[in-house]
Amino acid sequence: MSLAQTKEKATKERLTSMELPLKGWSASARSDAYDRLMGMGLPVRRDEYWKYTRPDAFTSADVPRAAVQEDNDAPIFDALDCHKLVFVDGIYSEEFSDGLSIDGVTLELLSSTSDVDIHWAKSLYGSLEKKGQKPVARPLAAFNSAFAQEGILMHVKKTPPKPISLHYVRESDVSDVMLHHVVKIDEGASITILESGDVAARCNMAIEAEIEKDGQLNHVRAQGRDHERNALTHIFAQLEEQSQFKSFCLTMNGVLTRNETVIEMRGDDGMAHVAGASVGDGDFHHDDTVFITHDALRGESRQVFKKVLRNGATGVFQGKILVKPDAQKTDGYQISQSLLLDDDSQFLAKPELEIYADDVACSHGSTSGAIDEEALFYLRSRGVPAEEATNLLTLAFLAEALEEVENQEISDVLNAHLEGCLKRGC
Amino acid sequence: MLEIKNLCVSLEEEDKRILKGVNLTVEAGKVHAIMGPNGSGKSTLSYVLSGREGYEVTDGSARLLDEDILDMEPEERAAAGLFLAFQYPVEIPGVGNMTFLRTAVNAQRKSRGQQEMSATDFLKEVRSEAKALKIDADMLKRPVNVGFSGGEKKRNEILQMAMLEPKMCILDETDSGLDVDAMKLVAEGVNALRSNDRGFLVITHYQRLLDHIKPDVVHIMADGRIVKTGGPELALEVENNGYSDILAEVA
Ligand SMILES: Nc1ncnc2c1ncn2[C@@H]1O[C@H](COP(=O)(O)OP(=O)(O)OP(=O)(O)O)[C@@H](O)[C@H]1O
Ligand SMILES: [Mg+2]
Repeated sequence: MSLAQTKEKATKERLTSMELPLKGWSASARSDAYDRLMGMGLPVRRDEYWKYTRPDAFTSADVPRAAVQEDNDAPIFDALDCHKLVFVDGIYSEEFSDGLSIDGVTLELLSSTSDVDIHWAKSLYGSLEKKGQKPVARPLAAFNSAFAQEGILMHVKKTPPKPISLHYVRESDVSDVMLHHVVKIDEGASITILESGDVAARCNMAIEAEIEKDGQLNHVRAQGRDHERNALTHIFAQLEEQSQFKSFCLTMNGVLTRNETVIEMRGDDGMAHVAGASVGDGDFHHDDTVFITHDALRGESRQVFKKVLRNGATGVFQGKILVKPDAQKTDGYQISQSLLLDDDSQFLAKPELEIYADDVACSHGSTSGAIDEEALFYLRSRGVPAEEATNLLTLAFLAEALEEVENQEISDVLNAHLEGCLKRGC
Repeated sequence: MLEIKNLCVSLEEEDKRILKGVNLTVEAGKVHAIMGPNGSGKSTLSYVLSGREGYEVTDGSARLLDEDILDMEPEERAAAGLFLAFQYPVEIPGVGNMTFLRTAVNAQRKSRGQQEMSATDFLKEVRSEAKALKIDADMLKRPVNVGFSGGEKKRNEILQMAMLEPKMCILDETDSGLDVDAMKLVAEGVNALRSNDRGFLVITHYQRLLDHIKPDVVHIMADGRIVKTGGPELALEVENNGYSDILAEVA
């Protein structure tokens, strides 16, 4: 059997028992997504885009069991003044949430709008995902568009008074959650969206964000600390003139994480910054896959990814900057670095630049290194124990990524969280 | 205070002997100076004492306050009271100088069973010590030694020493790279710490430093051994005549 045939068969088998929620305004988008998925087939290891990360845990019919880890800490962003929306194993919890009403923003649940046929999100839902399928197929994102159980539909008309914090609690060892958020930011409005928590034993999350002229989306995610969970996320962002998108993700633990960010700079003078810091141990496999397309003048994009790996952990970075012929004066920067705390860990990086315009400034770099022994000795000679010294140097290594978070309060919270986790050995 | 007996050290990586039987005792309250030609093993001695990796002690012993230190981890030696002001202080990007100092001070206090220093007390003390060494607030905020000039790095070493209040201070060429005024500041910093229960081992090539930090004893090291020991006049002799006479005499 050819690869295509094998895939088609496997995809059919996987989907037979699943029911497409074909109701209301999202029905056509979902069935389109379903067709896209069938056309592409679920990913397999032999796919170039999945060369470094096994997709099996995301495609299997059975959910890989993941024991819920006891965690006595308060949710990380509770330290901030936020409008909080809580999901428990993917189900919106009215009890723990601050409600669906906040100034400037329309908030609705995907599930609660399934009865209506006309909705503002109709033109968006699945459409950025669909665009993001070219030039690289992302079948699991189409899978999400087709089958997502829940999500927040967020129409930002004016800048809300505080960040919106989406917190995902998980209580089940076998929860299998697909959430699909849609964010539409009107001209000149800005919003900060925070995400935190373990979500599910296995999750497939998607955010589609359309940012109109002068709009801003600040996104900060702290992925849960459960050791065994599997997480797949996609962000699709489309940036109009002078709009800004910033996303930062902190990941500690989790057996498998793949975060894909797909950005289209469609309007002139846009700005997109994507950053991530991750720390993993043992079975940890962490993959950041970023694809930024510059299709407008004077766009600025920046990717900063740092990974700390130990005891055989694996880090993956696939980052691409595509500059279309008319995207003159593009300024693209990309760096991915790993700190390998032992010889067993590995970092696989595939940085790519594809440039069709002649007046651009793009640079990329990728490094892998061990801890600086001189610095370690210097710290120890001042009485700092080896482990604490290693933690200090680890934090120092991650600092460049954390500095991408502009908001001081948020970055303080992230730093404190990271420091605490390192102290406890994650 | 510090008692080194027949210390023999080779490199771990290659079969090269560097220290070939060093004998040296620094008493509490005293300042000893070591001089000696380049490559004679002075820095190696200071590194071996502070626990840097890469050396193999093939013979001999080193005791600090009657404790064998050669089997200790570097941080344990520091907690026991040893301090080395590095000949080449290390730059640590991403770690703020203040964080570094506070972490070090508190780690040592913790290992001695003392309470951590409060943030305000710490700030007060750092500020006053830094002021004495003319280290400005900006340098305290910057990452450890990153972008510091040669002289600033050396002053930063003395600041650390002042904050950590060690029992046994080894200064490896702290004077190199210092201008005349900075040297005075550093010497004042060292002299302020001189006390009956503290010992100093000052490695230097020049008499100038010893004009400010008056040594009680001067040793000459050559080819991995202390070849001559005397009073402050020995340093003057080196200053005037170099090492050739001394080396010829002991050969
Ligand atoms: N890691 C090493 N690898 C190779 N050689 C080394 C190493 N460490 C020290 N040595 C050698 O050991 C000898 C002593 O070096 P050391 O740095 O202790 O000298 P020193 O007396 O401090 O000299 P200086 O006055 O120039 O600072 C030198 O010949 C040096 O090259
Ligand atoms: Mg030296």
